[in-house]
Amino acid sequence: MVKFGFALNPSSRIDLDKTDREKFAQLVELEPDVLKCMACGSCTASCTAGKFTPTSVRSAILEIQNGRWQQALDMLKGCLLCGKCTMVCPRAINTRHLILAINEVYQSGK
Amino acid sequence: MRERILGGYDDFVLPFMTGMAFILIYLFIGLIRIFRHMPAQDRTRFFKSLLSPSIMLKNAKDIVNDCLLHVKIFKRNILLGYMHASIALGWFMLIVIGHIEVALYVPQRNGILYYPVFFRYFVKQEGALTLKGSFFFFLMDFFLLIVLSGIGLAIYKRFRSRALGMRRTTRPCLADRIALACLWSIFPLRLLAESFTAGIAGGSFLTKPMHWLFSNFLSNDLHILPTWWAYSIALGVFFLALPFSRYMHIPTEAFLIMLRNAGIKASHPRKGFAEAEIYSCSSCGLCIDACPMNVNKRNLKYSSVYMIRFLRRRNEKKTKAIADKCLMCGKCVAVCPVGVESCNLKRAHRATRYNTLQYNYSYLGNGSHPAHAHADTQDTPDILYFAGCMTHLTPSIIKSMEEIFKLSGSKYVFADKDGGVCCGRPLLLAGKEDAAREVIARNSQLIQTSGCSKVVLSCPICLKVLKEEYKLQGIELLHHTQFINSLIKEGKIKVKDGGESLVYHNPCELGRGCGIYKEPQEILQQVGELRKGEYEGKESICCGGSLGSLTLSYEERGKITQGSLNALTGCNPHKIITACPLCLKTFAEKSPVPVMDIAQIVKENIYTNTYETYSL
Repeated sequence: MVKFGFALNPSSRIDLDKTDREKFAQLVELEPDVLKCMACGSCTASCTAGKFTPTSVRSAILEIQNGRWQQALDMLKGCLLCGKCTMVCPRAINTRHLILAINEVYQSGK
Repeated sequence: MRERILGGYDDFVLPFMTGMAFILIYLFIGLIRIFRHMPAQDRTRFFKSLLSPSIMLKNAKDIVNDCLLHVKIFKRNILLGYMHASIALGWFMLIVIGHIEVALYVPQRNGILYYPVFFRYFVKQEGALTLKGSFFFFLMDFFLLIVLSGIGLAIYKRFRSRALGMRRTTRPCLADRIALACLWSIFPLRLLAESFTAGIAGGSFLTKPMHWLFSNFLSNDLHILPTWWAYSIALGVFFLALPFSRYMHIPTEAFLIMLRNAGIKASHPRKGFAEAEIYSCSSCGLCIDACPMNVNKRNLKYSSVYMIRFLRRRNEKKTKAIADKCLMCGKCVAVCPVGVESCNLKRAHRATRYNTLQYNYSYLGNGSHPAHAHADTQDTPDILYFAGCMTHLTPSIIKSMEEIFKLSGSKYVFADKDGGVCCGRPLLLAGKEDAAREVIARNSQLIQTSGCSKVVLSCPICLKVLKEEYKLQGIELLHHTQFINSLIKEGKIKVKDGGESLVYHNPCELGRGCGIYKEPQEILQQVGELRKGEYEGKESICCGGSLGSLTLSYEERGKITQGSLNALTGCNPHKIITACPLCLKTFAEKSPVPVMDIAQIVKENIYTNTYETYSL
């Protein structure tokens, strides 16, 4: 093929039809707080593990809402469950249980 | 005294023997099950402990104190203690004296299980009563009277538990009710049976007058056999219902004490050591009143006693709900008369679900550490200050501590100045044990190689895990309350009375967790007027912010915080003082009066050089 020096990037559009909403429903049942997040980023700012790794509860929640749960799982692997994010969350989300619940729901049956 | 019934047998012993055989077989199988499910090293540990004289002595002491005298319950409430001690000790003495009587008078019947129980039926008094005989008869009647008084109290307690110091008790299940009815009837029936037989076999101050009383309007001899039958049936049914009821703690508790003294801990929520704990739970319900979640009479179903009940019934769903909800404040363990460590059971239960979740802590290996920079040099400070995650959310504590270090002239290195890693306790509490071990191993290495001989911590959560799991050699671990107290005692800092009234909130992890009660009190007495809250020392209640609970929502936590604050502010203090950053942050949000850490109030009331020059 002739190279023109440019190419089309694969679409970064998220196809919600292809994502499995069933797991998200399970997650909501386990920890309804996931719906409360307003993505302020307080959790990420205070995160102990976040000093060393890209651990971020805020981004993980966004990724899951967009159906990209593998990215969310990778993001939470470094979490130490220290609970600082729970203390600072202005929406009073039970982040520790949310992280455990995300792992529980999405790690099983990949 | 000689045998009246030839052959030493009557059909009425059959119900008793059936029950007895059943319970002995059940206990034997249970014992084998517990040993089989225990990890091999725990098993050898247990058998070794049986040979050690010091542990043997401790076993004997604990069994007498806990199973017979019920010292722990006496300390809580005298009537409640008497109720338990009278039934346990009285019954035990009836059995012992029964055996002595058999050995003395009818030695040919030694070793027959039912003989001492129905002794009075089988023997006949001949000639005048000897002094020895009347002594034993007196003892038998005396202990029967003691047991009967205990049963009387128990019946009274069933209807008015508050009189015996219990606000709320557990709801008994069917087997409990059956066993309870039998337990209540065993001893009155024994009294009746022995009274009717007193004409033949003799008796003492209780049975003789009863016999005389009955002989006035009942033809005694016809009532002998039916009452002995009833007594035997009550015993038999009690033994048959025993394994399914709360009274299983009677045979199991002694075994649990021996296991505990051997140093064994629960490694599985249902099997092995846990099984011994579950069956030792007497369902007394002391933990219901103790649980901080039960403030305002809500969440009653989340008490430890119900968790153990559901574990016993293998109700996985309900066990899970309680295990995840618990604050792990440890108050139920502190008040438990049997000493069931229910928090460990909950942790083990969480581990069955969360331990397998994936994690990746490889980044911990790369973290550079300020303490490390000092490791090779000569001027390594003695003191390593470890603030901990939570203290970084309350920088006022760190600032106060830095000031105190400076004013006292202590050389220190601030381990997690730029935000360190977690201590691993939150992971342990969540049941991610393998993950926690990795963090603990990494941190231990860092602290051990730092060259410091003392670690001062501001967070009791970290202190507890450092004390219990880190196994640091030659390093002294101090909470900042201990450190400040020693500074004051050595005269390195001087504090003045600020003239304010203070109330001290005992953090769960510092008090019950690490056993530190004295030092904070000593400091606070010097910086202000220390008042007493509603719950003091071992009985203090959680602030509601505990990391132990996984599923407790913010609203539910708020109620606990409010309840705890109400208990603290009852004495109208100017300030609430605590010693844990998590308590500080939780209280500060809702408290009507200012909340401070102990380090802050010390810093406020410290004599500094500048202060002295100004005042001069």
